[in-house]
Amino acid sequence: MINQPELSILEAIRSALMDEMSRDERVMVLGMDVGQLGGVFRVTRGLMERFGPERVVDTPLAEGAIVGASLGLAIGGMVPVAEVQFLGFTHQAFHQIGPQLARYRFRSRGRFSAQVTIRAPFGGGTRTPEFHPDAIEAQFVQAPGLKIVCPAFPDDAKGLLLEAIRDPDPVLYLEPQRLYRSIRGPVPAGDHTVPFGSSRLVREGKDVVLIAWSAAVHLCLAAADQLAEEGVAASVLDLRTLVPLDVAGLIAAVVESGKAVVVHEAPVTGGFGAEIVATIQQEAFGSLDAPIRRVASRDTPYPPGSLEDYFLPSVRRIVAATRATVEY
Amino acid sequence: MIELLGIDGKVRGSSPMSLDKVVDALRLMLLSRAVDDRLIKLQRMGRVGVYGPVHGQEAAVIGSAMALDPQRDWIVPASREHPAMLRHGLPLKNMFATYMGNFDAAAVPDGVRLLPRQQSIGAQLPHAVGLAWALKLRRAGGVVAVYFGEGASSEGDFHEASNLAGVMRVPLVMLLINNHYAISTPVHRQTAAAELAARAEGYGFPGFVVDGNDLLAVYATTVDAVNRAIAGDGPTLIECRTYRMGFHNTSDNPKEYRDTAEVDEAEQRDPIERVRRFAIREGVWSADQEAAALNEIRSAIDTAQRQVEELPRPGAAAIFEHVYETLPPRLQQQRAEALDDARPS
Ligand SMILES: Cc1ncc(C[n+]2csc(CCOP(=O)(O)OP(=O)(O)O)c2C)c(N)n1
Ligand SMILES: [Mg+2]
Repeated sequence: MINQPELSILEAIRSALMDEMSRDERVMVLGMDVGQLGGVFRVTRGLMERFGPERVVDTPLAEGAIVGASLGLAIGGMVPVAEVQFLGFTHQAFHQIGPQLARYRFRSRGRFSAQVTIRAPFGGGTRTPEFHPDAIEAQFVQAPGLKIVCPAFPDDAKGLLLEAIRDPDPVLYLEPQRLYRSIRGPVPAGDHTVPFGSSRLVREGKDVVLIAWSAAVHLCLAAADQLAEEGVAASVLDLRTLVPLDVAGLIAAVVESGKAVVVHEAPVTGGFGAEIVATIQQEAFGSLDAPIRRVASRDTPYPPGSLEDYFLPSVRRIVAATRATVEY
Repeated sequence: MIELLGIDGKVRGSSPMSLDKVVDALRLMLLSRAVDDRLIKLQRMGRVGVYGPVHGQEAAVIGSAMALDPQRDWIVPASREHPAMLRHGLPLKNMFATYMGNFDAAAVPDGVRLLPRQQSIGAQLPHAVGLAWALKLRRAGGVVAVYFGEGASSEGDFHEASNLAGVMRVPLVMLLINNHYAISTPVHRQTAAAELAARAEGYGFPGFVVDGNDLLAVYATTVDAVNRAIAGDGPTLIECRTYRMGFHNTSDNPKEYRDTAEVDEAEQRDPIERVRRFAIREGVWSADQEAAALNEIRSAIDTAQRQVEELPRPGAAAIFEHVYETLPPRLQQQRAEALDDARPS
C-alpha cells in the first residue's frame, strides 16, 4: 500500500462511511443524534454536511423503528447503515433484529434480503452508566441469518465495515467504545475490505494461544507481553467475526501449541467463548494438552463504573489463567 | 397551554398553592440548582461519573411532586427528577451516593414510595402502569406519578404503556417533561405533531399542555389529575413544556447543535425567578431569607457529600449481592475467585 495514514478506530470507521457513501449513493446513515451532532461519539461527524439530511438522518428515539425501518428501506432499494447508540439498547430492537431482519431472506424464500448494517458501540472500561457497556454479542449469535463482526484495530475497522455495508445479508458491526480514540494504526487508503470468517493471528508464540475479539484482544496482547517476561510465549488470535466463524483458522492456531485460553467481556456463562471451546474440543480433541480456560466477566448484572474492574476480565486474570494452562 | 404564574411573578386569579407550600417549593428549587452545581463540579474533579442536570426544569419536576402525598402516592422517575425524589423522601445522602458511585448507599430506603432511577429511556412506563394497576386492585387509594421525556415518548414502551393504562383505567399521572431536546435531537425531529398531550385522546384519557416553567400551573394541573385518579377516573397525560437550560449531561456540549440565542431566550423564562418574584410580592420571601436558605442548602450538601465520602467503598463482594436472593453455587465460586483476585498481592 502506498498510502497508509495512521488513523484511530473512530476515524477509520468514519472514513469507511465517507468512502462508501461517495461510492454508492444508495448508502444512508440513520440513528439518534447521528446528523447534526455527529453521534454521541462523533463517529459520523461531517457526514450530514457532506451528504445532506436525506442520507444522514437524525431519527426519533426508537431503536425498534430504526432497525425495522432499515429493513423496509433495504427492501425498497436503499442500503441503510443504522446506528444504535449503544449495543445495550439493541434490546429495544431485538425483535426487529433477530426474528425480522435476520430471517427475512429465509421467510421470503430468497425474494427479499436485508442489506442492512447495524453499528453499535459496546464494552466496558469507560466508567459509563448502566446498559451502555453491556457486551451482549452472544445473544445475537442465536439469530441465524445475521452476521456479527467485531474489529479491534483501525485497519480492520475500515475493512470489515466496507465488507459489512456491501454484504447482501444483515450485519451487526460492533465497535469497541473504549478503544475508539486510544488505538491508532495504519489504514490502507482506498478500497480495503476484509473478508468475513478470516481470523487474524496478531501475535505469535509457541506455548499457548489466547483467543479473543474486539477490545479483549488488546487485553490479551498486554497479557502476552507480561507472560513473555516470565518466559511464556503466547500467541493471540483475533477472531474478527463471530458469525461466520473461522473454524479452520481457530483450529490451526490451537493445534500449534495444544493449549488455549478464551477471553471475552461478556459474562462467562453462555458467552461466545463456550461455543469456541466446544468447537475446539470437537475438531481438535487429539491435539489438546490442557483443558481450555475462559477468562470473562462474572455472571452478574453490569455493576456501576466504580466497580467494573471486579467484573471485567483483566490482564492479571488472563496471565493467571494462561500460566495455569501452560503449566498443566 | 395552561399558565398561571407570569414571568413578572403575578398570578392569574388566586394561587392554587398555599404560601407555605410556595416557600417549600422555592427552597427545593434552590436546592436543585445547588445540587446541579455541586455535582457538575465533582464530575469535573473526577469524583462523579456522568451527571445530567435539572437546570431549567425545576418547576415541572417540583410543581408536580408537590401535588403528591409521599405517604400514599408513588413516584416512578426517569433520570432527571431527583428533586422530586428528595421531596418524596429520598435522603440527600442517598442521592449523592447515586452519583458518587456508591450504589449500596444509593438505594431507596424501605418505606419510601419511589422506584429507582431509570436509564433505559421509557422502560419505566410499563412498570408505572403495573404499579398503578396493583394499587387499584388492592384498593390502596394512592396514585402513581411517572416521569419521562419527550424523547421517551417516541419509544414503543410509551405507546404500549399508555394504551394499557387507558384500558385498565389505572390511577396514573403521566408527566411528560418536554424540555425540547433528547441529547441533540430537537422536539420537532421527535414528532411531527404540534403537541404531545393530544396523544392522550387516542388512548381514551385526557391530556393537557402546561407551561412547564410555571410552578403553579404544573401544580394545579397535577392536583386535578391526582384527584381524577383517586376518584377512579383513570390516567391523565400532562405535557410540561419546559427547556433544558444546561447540557444533556456532563459529556455533552450543546453548542455543537443549538443556538445560544435560544438559551438566552429561555433564560428569560427561568422557572425559579418567577416564583421568587411571586413569593417576595406576597411577603413570604426576602433577600435575607434567600441568603439564609442558600447557607442551609450549602451545609446540607456539604454534609451529604462528606457522609458519602466517609462510607467504605463497596468492594468485589458488592457485585454479587442482590443478584439473586440466594447466590447459586456457581456464582458463589465466582465470588470467591473475585475476592481472591481483588486481594492486594
Ligand atoms: C433505550 C435508550 N436509548 C437510548 C439511550 C441514550 N439516551 C440517553 S438520554 C437520551 C435522550 C432522552 O431524551 P428525553 O427522553 O427527552 O429525556 P431528557 O434527556 O431530555 O431528560 C438518549 C437517547 C438510552 N439511555 N436508552
Ligand atoms: Mg427531553
